Amino acid sequence: MRYRLGVDVGGTFTDLLLFDNETGRFWRDKTPSTPHDSSEGILNGVTAITQAAGVDPGEIEFFLHGTTVATNAVLEGKGARVGLVTTEGYRDIMQIARSFVPGGLAAWIVWPKPQPLAALEDTVTVKGRMDADGKEVRPLDEDEIRRKLTQLRDSGVEAITVSLINAYVDGRHEQRIGAIAAEVMPDVPVSLSHEVLPEMQEYERTLSTVANASVRPVVGKYVSNLRTKLEDAGVTGKLSLLRSDGGLMSSQKAEEHPVNILMSGPAGGVTGALWVAKNAGFKNILTLDVGGTSTDVALIENLEPRRVRTTEVGHLSVRASSLDVKTVGAGGGSIAYVPELTGALRVGPESAGAVPGPVAYGKGGDKPTVTDANVVLGYLPEDLLGGSFKLDREGAKKSVQTIADALDIPLMEAARGIIDIVNENMFGALRMISVQQGYDPRHFALMGFGGAGPLHVNAVAKLMGSWPAISPVSPGVLCALGDATTRMRTETARSFNRLATETRVEELVAVLDEMAAQTRTELTNDGIPESQVASEFEVDVRYAGQAFEVPLTIDQATLREKGIEGILARFDEEHRRLFTFNMDTPHEIVNLRAVALGEAPRLPAAELEKGDGDPSAAKIRDHTLWMDGKELPAAIYDRARLKQGDTIPGPAIITEMDSTTLVETGCVATVDAVGNILINPA
Amino acid sequence: MPAQIIQENTTPFGKVAIDPVTLDIIENALRNARIEMDATLVRTAMSPGIREQGDAFPLIADPDGKMIVGQFGSFIDGFLKGFDGTIEDGDMIFLSDPYSCEGAISHSNDWLVLLPVYKDGRLLAWTAMFGHQSDIGGKVVGSMPIDAKSIFEEGVRIPPVKIWRKGEYNEDLMKLVMHQTRKPDWCQADLNALIASCRVAANRVVEMANRFGDDVYVSATKELLARNHRAMKALIGMAVAEEPVSFEDYICDDGLGYGPYKIKCTMWRDGDKVILDFDGTDPQSAASINFYLNENMFKMFFGIYMIMVFDPQILFNDGFYDLIEVRIPEGSLLKPKFPAALSGRTHALGRIFDILGGLLGQKTPEFLNAAGFSSSPHLFYSGWDNREGREGDWFQLFQIGFGGIPGRPLGDGPDGHSLWPGFTNVPNEFLERYFPMRIERYETEPDSGGAGLHRGGNGIHMTYRFLADGQIGIHDDRWFVPPWGVNNGLPGKRARKVLERADGTTEIVGNKTDDIAVRAGDQLHYITWGGGGWGDPLDRDPATVGLEIRQGLVTSEGARDYGVVADASGTVDGAATASLRDEMRSARTEDKLFDYGPSIEELRANCEAETGLKPPIQPEWGHVQMAEAAE
Repeated sequence: MRYRLGVDVGGTFTDLLLFDNETGRFWRDKTPSTPHDSSEGILNGVTAITQAAGVDPGEIEFFLHGTTVATNAVLEGKGARVGLVTTEGYRDIMQIARSFVPGGLAAWIVWPKPQPLAALEDTVTVKGRMDADGKEVRPLDEDEIRRKLTQLRDSGVEAITVSLINAYVDGRHEQRIGAIAAEVMPDVPVSLSHEVLPEMQEYERTLSTVANASVRPVVGKYVSNLRTKLEDAGVTGKLSLLRSDGGLMSSQKAEEHPVNILMSGPAGGVTGALWVAKNAGFKNILTLDVGGTSTDVALIENLEPRRVRTTEVGHLSVRASSLDVKTVGAGGGSIAYVPELTGALRVGPESAGAVPGPVAYGKGGDKPTVTDANVVLGYLPEDLLGGSFKLDREGAKKSVQTIADALDIPLMEAARGIIDIVNENMFGALRMISVQQGYDPRHFALMGFGGAGPLHVNAVAKLMGSWPAISPVSPGVLCALGDATTRMRTETARSFNRLATETRVEELVAVLDEMAAQTRTELTNDGIPESQVASEFEVDVRYAGQAFEVPLTIDQATLREKGIEGILARFDEEHRRLFTFNMDTPHEIVNLRAVALGEAPRLPAAELEKGDGDPSAAKIRDHTLWMDGKELPAAIYDRARLKQGDTIPGPAIITEMDSTTLVETGCVATVDAVGNILINPA
Repeated sequence: MPAQIIQENTTPFGKVAIDPVTLDIIENALRNARIEMDATLVRTAMSPGIREQGDAFPLIADPDGKMIVGQFGSFIDGFLKGFDGTIEDGDMIFLSDPYSCEGAISHSNDWLVLLPVYKDGRLLAWTAMFGHQSDIGGKVVGSMPIDAKSIFEEGVRIPPVKIWRKGEYNEDLMKLVMHQTRKPDWCQADLNALIASCRVAANRVVEMANRFGDDVYVSATKELLARNHRAMKALIGMAVAEEPVSFEDYICDDGLGYGPYKIKCTMWRDGDKVILDFDGTDPQSAASINFYLNENMFKMFFGIYMIMVFDPQILFNDGFYDLIEVRIPEGSLLKPKFPAALSGRTHALGRIFDILGGLLGQKTPEFLNAAGFSSSPHLFYSGWDNREGREGDWFQLFQIGFGGIPGRPLGDGPDGHSLWPGFTNVPNEFLERYFPMRIERYETEPDSGGAGLHRGGNGIHMTYRFLADGQIGIHDDRWFVPPWGVNNGLPGKRARKVLERADGTTEIVGNKTDDIAVRAGDQLHYITWGGGGWGDPLDRDPATVGLEIRQGLVTSEGARDYGVVADASGTVDGAATASLRDEMRSARTEDKLFDYGPSIEELRANCEAETGLKPPIQPEWGHVQMAEAAE
């Protein structure tokens, strides 16, 4: 049992990465995804990769999986039909949705309002009321509850959510309703808001609970189907899923709390980048994951990725921890256009997607995309994937010419313009997670992955001043690598809402201890030995009256030693970094979280054979490309044949099975000990 | 005497040619900087009005003060004209007096911070932001007295002054200002937030200039202004006719028993230029509902409404201002004379948007929206919290409410949503924890949205149960003159406020009042307006109407406005519906582009019976002003 298998299912491809725990050696495979039933693609991949590696599927100890099944259920409205039970007077809670209309002045004119995740006709209210201190103001009316639950059952709801006002303080009423629901409809799963998210803010808590209930049956079906198929194929190892926050959770836990895997997909890339960074000796990394329709960016500081307390899926903002991944509608398939009215050059957010795709793919696309601009400029050589796939450069030129004509500039300038604009959009997203959070991007390296990341990483690093630009090993399957190399994680959160001056440190320690015990038990129940479980704590602090809390990581020892004052000093420091000032206002301790972590697997990367610095053995051919306003001679290299220490001056192109790395003029690429390409200014 | 701008380096910025790609990159970077201003503000502000509800507006301007990015148009030009002093590197300007900046901010509650951005001794840009302060002193809690006779009753008035003078903080000034408010902690935090936002944006502008070069940056901003000018010129030629169109609407009352007040605007094109003339608008009010409308701000509103459809990615700026001429009669409700009270300007501000929609859509009914801008309904509640475990702390709440979005060409108007950008409600659990109140009901008001092929959004029925003795104030409108429907859509229902005392008695209370004493246990039903309907309600799918009965959005009685016969469970009687619809169609005498509901005279006659409130009395003005008001 020495192997870990990471599997990431994307919209187009399923990526697999088989990792040998003992040697650090790995194998990768890319196989078409099978959207009607993802397990087919997964099984194809498992067969292919185990054969290639000569490994018996029974030797796979851990099957680690990032999936967008929950995400898609939300985005495509394919979740279960959820019945919502809420407090009398609050039936329209999901309909009103905090009254928020996105966009600027007059945006309401063109805003299509999404339908609530729990339909209004499936929402009932019940008597019974708790106040903000957890005192019962009015009791439940159990006859009414039975009647209304029966009504929901008869109307055919597939899941029940109970979310009552002030349940974050006291969940007794919810529990009682849950018990009655179990009697009235024993086969329908019930979610209670104070269990899913014991935090203040009724809309967010209700939405998170409904989202959880809605995707639960979908995820449950997916997981059990996958488990059966894998067992049939002889894979008996443990099945875990990647959480939005970059940790792993057992598949059983994921079935109960699928709200935690809504952003499983993008989290894989970040955890993959983390593993690469560790092995390459970098602590601070900005990630740039460029796909076909969008780009995800994230920040890793001191080998810890930044997390946020909300998971954004489509228009929904669900309260569940996730990695702070920002997404912009800028990818290889983003379409360039020039609106007649303003004559401006716009790139995206509209995308040609996989179908029809860029013009250069010859699959019927006729609008100029970022990929087409890359082809026109010579950044993407015409013969990809070792010649098995030929790009239509003439077609790409013709489409980009329409942009050139509309702007009245030469073809090549228009193509580079498209690239500059899309790079700028990525730059904007990266600024949001770095500069805007008080981080100086010059203290970070930039890692580009996903199909097109290594093509843009050098140019974006120039904009950011983030060096080196890194093209990691296997940039196309980094998500699967992330799935394979991260560790188990679980957390619980609680509203506290007390002024720091009114809180005794013993009290805080006691609550945290209780929460720690709860999370540790969750992991030990999943079979992790108690000795391997580590606990971490977070407190959200703000100046009393603010809406925005600053999350601070703390440990029990420091808390005992430095007391609450120690936390407050950290808060002041962080607040100053973020917002440039401090205040005399009292501090409020808002939320508490306990995190339990499994042991991090020690997975070293395999060292690459040392070379003499000369890459010419890996050279495929000479090439020309357009950069800095002119045609320039360049060379194309085969990544598989590069050796440790090889040095390649820009401009150059390095190709591999599923990705292309572009080295710009004035820069130089070196291959590090484990095969990452590090690009620096020459 | 206008402001004197001191620059160590007086070399003018060079004009350089900008390639289209660089231009778009700079535009994008400016947009990001503005988003960052909003984010910084919301995270650090403290009053619920700003931090939860987002009542604040940023801008970045060029060295001449022209807005490059933002949404309320530039007020810097007006400020510079009126400021008798110097502008120097390290200065930061602070002001709140509408009469000192030509109405760029329209009541003293809005605090404005202006930062001249210098780079290497030259003025490179301006960044600015204003936000609504929950209390600035004055005669009532919340500082928006309805019956104020002059601006002197509305709290501290801050003329343009320097918080920072050449980098030195003016602490005494800020002590003086903060001494005037009931909530210095909120004001200080909100002001800090405004300042932090301006500084963030200033840093971004300097970074941009470093990256591209000062001349490129400044030339690019000029080109962005020119690009807007070209785009708007083309749009105006397409969308605005030379033949004048007029539109008028009303503010229901002034809170002193007089009303309604008419706002009228006429629009026509003269060559490349659009004229927007408010001739026919009523004279100023003796109370605080006056709205000092800044011409540039109105140009911006106009531009935003126009361009929304054609290139929503464009960055709005001031570039097109000389294509628009705004005429507002002196001494009118929209240009009152000093020292007229201004704090209750929100009603007219909201109504301006309904008027714009009605003006622009008249010739293109397919783009026409119904009415829905009531105002920004406010609730004030203050007192001492004497509940168990509380120490008799002073509390005061200022909350903005929402109502029905109008029926739109796109579809139904959302129920209980905000017409203001980015505003959200304050979570009710937050209110219950931090204020002595319980929110017993937070639902939409069935049938309040006007019937239409696309239904108007329902208003909100929010029931506050007060848990401490105190005082409340209410600011709302659209209680007397209904929000109109369009293209045969019906008007939405009007706003109402009902006070249910702890002893079980109920009374209807006015929509503009700030002196109601409440006792612990009393409940206030705060019901807002519904949006007008769009299109013929008889064409709406009866199944949708049936579904909305089951959803509680429409009642079976309300369904009859759609010609739909259905029972309380939403089951539609097909045959009865068909015959009712035939009957209603044949009874119809004309197609209505606008359905305003009954005439003002009929509304007045039926007012007490329908609303429970006395009808407003027609305001009278001196004969000179009457002559202006007469048409």
